[in-house]
Amino acid sequence: METLRLDSVHKSYGIGTPVEAEVLHGVNLVIERGEFAALIGPSGSGKSTLLNVIGLLDQPTLGRVFIEGQEASVLGDAELTRLRGRALGFVFQHHYLLPEFTALENVMMPILAARGRPDAEMRATAAALLERVGLTQWRDSKANRISGGQQQRVAIARALAMQPALVLADEPTGNLDTKAADSVFDVLREINEASDTTFLIVTHDPRLARRCDRIIELVDGRIVSDRANAEVVRQG
Amino acid sequence: MNRLAFFELIVAFRFMREGLMQTLLIILGVGLGAGVIIFLSAVLGGLQDNVVRRTLNFQAPIVVLPPDQVARPLRADTDAELASQVQPRSQQLRSIDQWQKVRELIARTPGVTALTPIVSGPGFAQRGDATKAVAITGIEPETYFEVISLREKIISGGVNLGPSDVIVGTDLAEQLGVATGDKLRLATARGAGATLTVAGIFDFGNKAVNERNVYIPLRTAQSLLELIGGVTAIDVRVEDPFAAERVAAILRARTELKVDSWIRTNEQFFVAMAAQTVTNTLIRIFVGLTVALGIASVLVVSVIQKSREIGILRAMGTSRGQVLRVFLIQGGLVGLAGSVLGALLAFAFLVVWRGVAKNPDGTPMFIINMEPSLFAIAAIGATLVGILSAMAPARRASRLDPVVAIRS
Repeated sequence: METLRLDSVHKSYGIGTPVEAEVLHGVNLVIERGEFAALIGPSGSGKSTLLNVIGLLDQPTLGRVFIEGQEASVLGDAELTRLRGRALGFVFQHHYLLPEFTALENVMMPILAARGRPDAEMRATAAALLERVGLTQWRDSKANRISGGQQQRVAIARALAMQPALVLADEPTGNLDTKAADSVFDVLREINEASDTTFLIVTHDPRLARRCDRIIELVDGRIVSDRANAEVVRQG
Repeated sequence: MNRLAFFELIVAFRFMREGLMQTLLIILGVGLGAGVIIFLSAVLGGLQDNVVRRTLNFQAPIVVLPPDQVARPLRADTDAELASQVQPRSQQLRSIDQWQKVRELIARTPGVTALTPIVSGPGFAQRGDATKAVAITGIEPETYFEVISLREKIISGGVNLGPSDVIVGTDLAEQLGVATGDKLRLATARGAGATLTVAGIFDFGNKAVNERNVYIPLRTAQSLLELIGGVTAIDVRVEDPFAAERVAAILRARTELKVDSWIRTNEQFFVAMAAQTVTNTLIRIFVGLTVALGIASVLVVSVIQKSREIGILRAMGTSRGQVLRVFLIQGGLVGLAGSVLGALLAFAFLVVWRGVAKNPDGTPMFIINMEPSLFAIAAIGATLVGILSAMAPARRASRLDPVVAIRS
């Protein structure tokens, strides 16, 4: 089953101005359910723009985006927000946790936004997710009182809170040292294997890319290579 | 409030708690503004009530009088050229025609709560060599006390008026050197006179009234002023003193008599009161505006500070409406908290003020209104102002582009 389909997606900025620039030039991409894919490419190749378009945070100038078979370009803002909340999870390079809330509350936040009122089930889901990322003992700590690696793991748990079909991770380990990066990556991989959640990970780190099942390379807004990674390097 | 607002409440509350210093400062600002408004309203309201109460102590809200006598030229031929000057007639003391019927008519008028017939006219109070000009008022005690609170103003003696009793004011009693039980003589310019016993002495807290008004039974006054069976006026009390002019207009139309309301006879006072109210309203508006701008500017800064968080919230499925409400709620909470603080400040200040602003005799200079409704109105008003001032920042927050916000 297709989790994501892009049909010749173009994205331009500054349309109608002298500095108009097309960043994505007709990207076609299909990602099946349960895939663990890396999106690589040099800086300025359009990786983040592509991720924003896939994440429904940005609209393509041309072309169509399907999330779980639902065409996003025909939806209004409210429906997009709902689809984003239900089907997509985000992990950014910076964790972007809400410093006002505890680790547990941060994980609960997407569910709370969707349902409006906290309940025991929500709490249990969030606690289970924190346990999965190995942070049970930090659940009641304020988000800004834990280490960078831990914060990123909370962000991963938060991205999974709504049981999304697709998790988009933008340089999830970019800010971490090698050890913390490995442990965060392991968490992503484990979740992918355990729950069949689809992952698309933008990374600069060839070492991490090699550990993904599929490597998609974007150069100057075009996919120049898309290959299955036969020799997936597994840690441990 | 829909069930979803719970999420917005939690986020709003945490945002405010996180920027605690900012939140406390703006609440203090709103509190000071609300305090000034509450204090001003209470003092001014008290001042006006005070004057109203003091005036209505000795003056009926509405007085029904016989129509003025007018001079009518005998020739009413408009075609003829007349070189005449019509002099206004002097007004003689006379009774309301068929006053019992008028009384019933007035009693049936909506808004009227009590009424009493009186006979009043000029006279002299004499004792020994002392003579004082007085205003004689003949009253029917049982109904009169329902209109004028004379009973409560008696400081010596009582209000049981026998046929040859009189109630006088403190200043007159002093000037004539009489006390309760003493006798004095009331006389009129026409030569009628009667010797009466002082049954009671009143103090309305107004020197002119204390010096001039003397109260005697209706029948005694009728014979003294040569108006047997007649009354010169009917004093009327109404439910709402400020609606007196409206009731007076109805009475004027129904009776074709001269009807004076206290609003018309105290026009100057009402003009002054209106001016005061306008000034007060202006001050309130400007303080309110200052408060609103304060709340708005703090929230604008907060939106900028929190834009990344807003972007994250949007990315994980929070709608524009939810973000909008998060900031509206913050505005409302600041307004509400500020008004509670303002109410406390105003209350404390009013208590101090009441203790400090005293007359030489130790009584409070102002009776200050501290009605719960004033505090309730202030709380609701401040909350609304808070929500309204949050409108612009909240819209701005809700329209943030998540991509831009996250990258900011």
